[in-house]
Amino acid sequence: MEYSILAAGITMGLSAIGAGIGVGILGSKFIEGIARQPELAPFLQGRFFLMMGLTDAVPMIGVGLGMYMLFAI
Amino acid sequence: MAKELTTESYIQHHLTNLTCGKTPDGWTCDPYKVDQMGFWAFHVDSLFWSIALGALFIVFFKAAMPKKIDSNSAPTGAQNFVEMSIEFVEDNVQSLFGSVKNTLIAPLALTVFVWILLMNLMDLVPVDFLPVLAGHIAYAVAGEGVEWISSPESFYFKVVPTTDPNITLGMAFAVFILTIYYSITVKGLKAFVAELTLHPFGKWLMPVNFVLEMVNFIAKPISLGLRLFGNLYAGEMIFILIALMLFFSSIPIGMLGFGLHLVWALFHILIVALQAFIFMALTIAYLAMAHETEEH
Repeated sequence: MEYSILAAGITMGLSAIGAGIGVGILGSKFIEGIARQPELAPFLQGRFFLMMGLTDAVPMIGVGLGMYMLFAI
Repeated sequence: MAKELTTESYIQHHLTNLTCGKTPDGWTCDPYKVDQMGFWAFHVDSLFWSIALGALFIVFFKAAMPKKIDSNSAPTGAQNFVEMSIEFVEDNVQSLFGSVKNTLIAPLALTVFVWILLMNLMDLVPVDFLPVLAGHIAYAVAGEGVEWISSPESFYFKVVPTTDPNITLGMAFAVFILTIYYSITVKGLKAFVAELTLHPFGKWLMPVNFVLEMVNFIAKPISLGLRLFGNLYAGEMIFILIALMLFFSSIPIGMLGFGLHLVWALFHILIVALQAFIFMALTIAYLAMAHETEEH
């Protein structure tokens, strides 16, 4: 049980780091793109949310698996 | 025989499906006999809610259609909403699918989007409301005759179908089978096999190519299903954890939990819609990939 808590913590924490870096890069490029070409903003926004959802999914799966380790095993 | 309510039993209760299956003694929904059910075990609650919401989708979209087409009147109410969602899906299909002629894709995308959105929206119903209601109904209807419903609390009921990996992976594999079907019918079996074996290293390293491409191939449906499941499961879990704050703490922390519920629900609306959209977009993208004939 103690080890599963540790495992869940590592799973959630590391996946959050990765996705944090990913979404950070994505957001900075998004702002940069809008600053260069403001007329593309609505077009970029849709793509931004799509990619953010894809990136966001990885830590969410991590959280899901972590919670599963904590409570369901 | 009501069990003592602890943090863990509360969470366990919310994460267990109502499973009915065939045991050596016949068909039963007893949660303590799940191990004996083997293959023929059905998550009745997931099935019920997903089919009910699918039926709601069909009935609502059918009912919103005007009885007589009158070109002079502007569409109102439900018709507006339905036209909006159809146009939204159509735009996406147009931009991702381009010029390929296939009349199945747009209806499929619309079904996937609205159905998953409806299933995800069940997450915003308060976590205890429907399970407790179902427990009381089951106890009132069948409690006396059936031994495993000893109290309303002993009845397991999980409301959100997309927090059940069987449902999400089932949909993902349905999309996967469609991609294989279209790959074979559009490109031909030979080109499909060639795509799997002659890429990226050429024909002399065929086994290596096959293993690499196979990993890529299998990862698609699994990540598609697990992404939806993971997001919704984590969201549901956080709702349950916030609900725990209300039950097992002092009044100030309970009030904080109430605020947190609202904040998380508002944030969760984004995830709910975004995940439905991503599942739809990836479905279209995978099917579009199956139609492309690549030249290397």
